[in-house]
Amino acid sequence: MTDLSTNAAAMAVTAPGTHRTERYIPLPLNAARLLTLLGVVVSIASTFMSWTYTTDFPGDLTVSGYPGGLQIMTLIAAILTGVVALGAFRVKGLSWLNPSRSHNSVLLLALGTLGTTWYTVIDIAAKLGGLANLDPGAFVAAIGSLELFAGALALPIDRHPREDDDADYPELGALGGLQPVAAGYRRLRELRPTHADIKVPDPRRLNVWLQRLAIVVVFAAGLKVLTFGLATSYSDIFLGYMIVVSFGFWGLGAAGLLRQFQQLTRNNRVFSSSVGILAAIAYPFAQNNEHWANLGVSVLIVGTVALGLNIVVGLTGLLDLGYVAFLGVGAYTAALVSGSPYSIWSGVQFPFWAAALAGAAAALVFGVLIGAPTLRLRGDYLAIVTLGFGEIFRIVVKNLDGVSGPKVTNGPNGIAQIPDLSIFGYNLGAAHDIGSFTLGRFANYYLLMLVITVIVVLVFTRAADSRIGRSWIAIREDETAATAMGINGFRVKLVAFALGASLAGLAGTVSAHVTNSVVPDPYVFSGSVPPNSAFLLAAVVLGGMGTVSGPILGAALLYVIPEKLDFLARYELFAFGIALVLIMRFRPEGIIANRRRQLEFHEDAATAPAQRPLGDDTVSAGTAGA
Amino acid sequence: MTTTIPHQPTPEQAPDGGPLLQASGVIMRFGGLTAVRDVDLTVNTGEIVGLIGPNGAGKTTFFNCLTGLYVPTEGTVSYQGTVLPSKPHLVTKAGIARTFQNIRLFANMTVLENVLVGRHTRTREGLLSALIRGPGYHRAEAASRARAMELLEFTGLAAKADHLARNLPYGEQRKLEIARALASEPGLLLLDEPTAGMNPQETRATEELVFAVRDQGVAVLVIEHDMRFIFNLCDRVAVLVQGEKLVEGTSEVVQQDERVVAAYLGEPFEGTPGDGPTTTGEQENDR
Repeated sequence: MTDLSTNAAAMAVTAPGTHRTERYIPLPLNAARLLTLLGVVVSIASTFMSWTYTTDFPGDLTVSGYPGGLQIMTLIAAILTGVVALGAFRVKGLSWLNPSRSHNSVLLLALGTLGTTWYTVIDIAAKLGGLANLDPGAFVAAIGSLELFAGALALPIDRHPREDDDADYPELGALGGLQPVAAGYRRLRELRPTHADIKVPDPRRLNVWLQRLAIVVVFAAGLKVLTFGLATSYSDIFLGYMIVVSFGFWGLGAAGLLRQFQQLTRNNRVFSSSVGILAAIAYPFAQNNEHWANLGVSVLIVGTVALGLNIVVGLTGLLDLGYVAFLGVGAYTAALVSGSPYSIWSGVQFPFWAAALAGAAAALVFGVLIGAPTLRLRGDYLAIVTLGFGEIFRIVVKNLDGVSGPKVTNGPNGIAQIPDLSIFGYNLGAAHDIGSFTLGRFANYYLLMLVITVIVVLVFTRAADSRIGRSWIAIREDETAATAMGINGFRVKLVAFALGASLAGLAGTVSAHVTNSVVPDPYVFSGSVPPNSAFLLAAVVLGGMGTVSGPILGAALLYVIPEKLDFLARYELFAFGIALVLIMRFRPEGIIANRRRQLEFHEDAATAPAQRPLGDDTVSAGTAGA
Repeated sequence: MTTTIPHQPTPEQAPDGGPLLQASGVIMRFGGLTAVRDVDLTVNTGEIVGLIGPNGAGKTTFFNCLTGLYVPTEGTVSYQGTVLPSKPHLVTKAGIARTFQNIRLFANMTVLENVLVGRHTRTREGLLSALIRGPGYHRAEAASRARAMELLEFTGLAAKADHLARNLPYGEQRKLEIARALASEPGLLLLDEPTAGMNPQETRATEELVFAVRDQGVAVLVIEHDMRFIFNLCDRVAVLVQGEKLVEGTSEVVQQDERVVAAYLGEPFEGTPGDGPTTTGEQENDR
């Protein structure tokens, strides 16, 4: 046995892609399967029991007979684990649930079940003051989920290939020189499961209507999951929800289902984007609650602005730290022409389309004004200058109050009482009944903002895949080579900068009406209230640079998570920083990886030699300060 | 197909064309250091001209002066009779394309996209037409793609059109750089050490590729250290030593010039500008 494993190690060195499937706990395969399924059954059963005596714990967990509150999370996670496990065990008719045939999905989902269950149990004990508050049901749940996890550990798991005995680990620093430390670290690294290169069957040979049905079902399920998460009314259940959702996505990714879904949407591009838009339209109907409609508008606004920033940062590679100023320009322009009594042109009231165009145009002008002098700079210099301009915008707006400067913006008081929009006689400020649904004020604005988001997504995708988009990416990759290929670097960068600015301005016009007033304070570099430059940049980086869905997802996560987890309030920026560091360390391409970025950051995945570093051809130094 | 083309070294004034590129009195100073000293160079239509010299002789600096990356301190560079602008993208537009000594591909773009970026100066579609996507846009995009595929076919990379440039093996990255440069439809192609780090077979293939490029009517100016490559390929060779042009002429003339040998081997010889310690590694490349 030992001989075999050393052989395998030697092979792994010569062929780095060699697959390795091993279990963490040595058990016969059938016993492991039995243990896993038993764990699923016990976990499910436990959620029908009472977990605590009192109703002090949020969400009623005292009822026997049906699950409630956090028990639902355990129930869902356990059911998901069960069906994917049955798929992995190749049960007839269910094997489509686990197209990659990997047991990693079972392990990850089991970990999710364990996490949410144990979190609940510990949370009950901690909140109510001791294990005495737990009913037997809670112990059953804890043991059941542990059993499930143990069973999954005993299944054959696809893991990272063995590493070279004298591999270097620069991340260990000086400790890496110590033999036992390096060996221990290597053993730890070899423990990691991997499923990135497992082949999954191509779903595109399915009947086209079956494909479309699958897309509809997935979007409907996604909408359900999303609205469920937003409707959670206390932070404990939201945390449980996050655990299940994160491990759920990870697990379904390991099962290969996400990749199949990606192939399906790529194959039915128009259809899936229409279904996606329909699902987004359905959101205020599925979630008949003004608070969450408000959350929806805010997420769409910051998501759209982040997408505009993605043109500048993700595609063109220009680090813009003052981007939120353009959102402010759009918002202030819309406020000035809205007919608000506090506007200096209080008699002027533009129709929405004109206000939106004015906002975008004003932001465009400011984009060109700021871009023209700064875009001759590269890298850090550009970042610092844009940071300065962002602050200048806010301070100027603060001072245009009639005392320190001409009266334009009312200074720190801002422009209040911005009237609600009315489009074709449809007053967005009032509630409207459509059938049995009531669309409140925020739901109306949500739908309006959705239109703008769709426009911005369209602009982004069309621009990215064109002559100009290619030249942006070329500039990001190597500006010197790009100019040597005939690209006018300055001009192309200015177009990117101005386009990004006008998209932010467009979103800003809606945001002015949603909030009824504009004040200078939110338009800072970094603060605890979302629309600030650091937040937008983090949304782009967290979500995935250069992708469409990445920044929107990033903005949604960054907006919703602090909203839901009220205990984070004081540590929001701290948590934010930790999240960024972790993402940069473990998934530098962002949650949603651009095909290009993923290859760029994970060198070991690429088989080709890296580009040689700069030699004596140091033209970049010569033109850097030009 | 290109292997059968007979290759005859042509005299200094090629019969098939006048001067395409004319650099006269080019001087490039960086502070107190004069990297290029009063160099004249002419490239005629349909010619392959070599530029050799020991490391640090100023070959790449001279290249950068030609392509507008550097603005020469003194002297002029004219292309087809007009003085070249000092912006790299305008030089490319005028008809001079280049490759780099250290491969500078757009590593995270696909092979096809790299070549499409090279088409930038020969296409007009701006942001608005990309957003509106009218029939004209689709036509131009399709034409660009067809031309790019043609070039990939020409360089033998068509099968790898959808690979990321970074994932190509070294030799193919070099070829892709040439394809990308050719996409701008140049009249003159500047190659900066196209065979650096290649094995003899790859060097041979590159040689054939350069001949094929020349046969398409593109003049070539090439910097190289591989002497066999240079002397096989070039109609004329100019030798640059310490920023000065030492000698220019056919392969035979250059090969027999004692000052050139001295500059490479470092033997003391009267009147040699390159009398300092020079590398002998160059000769090892000369297989």
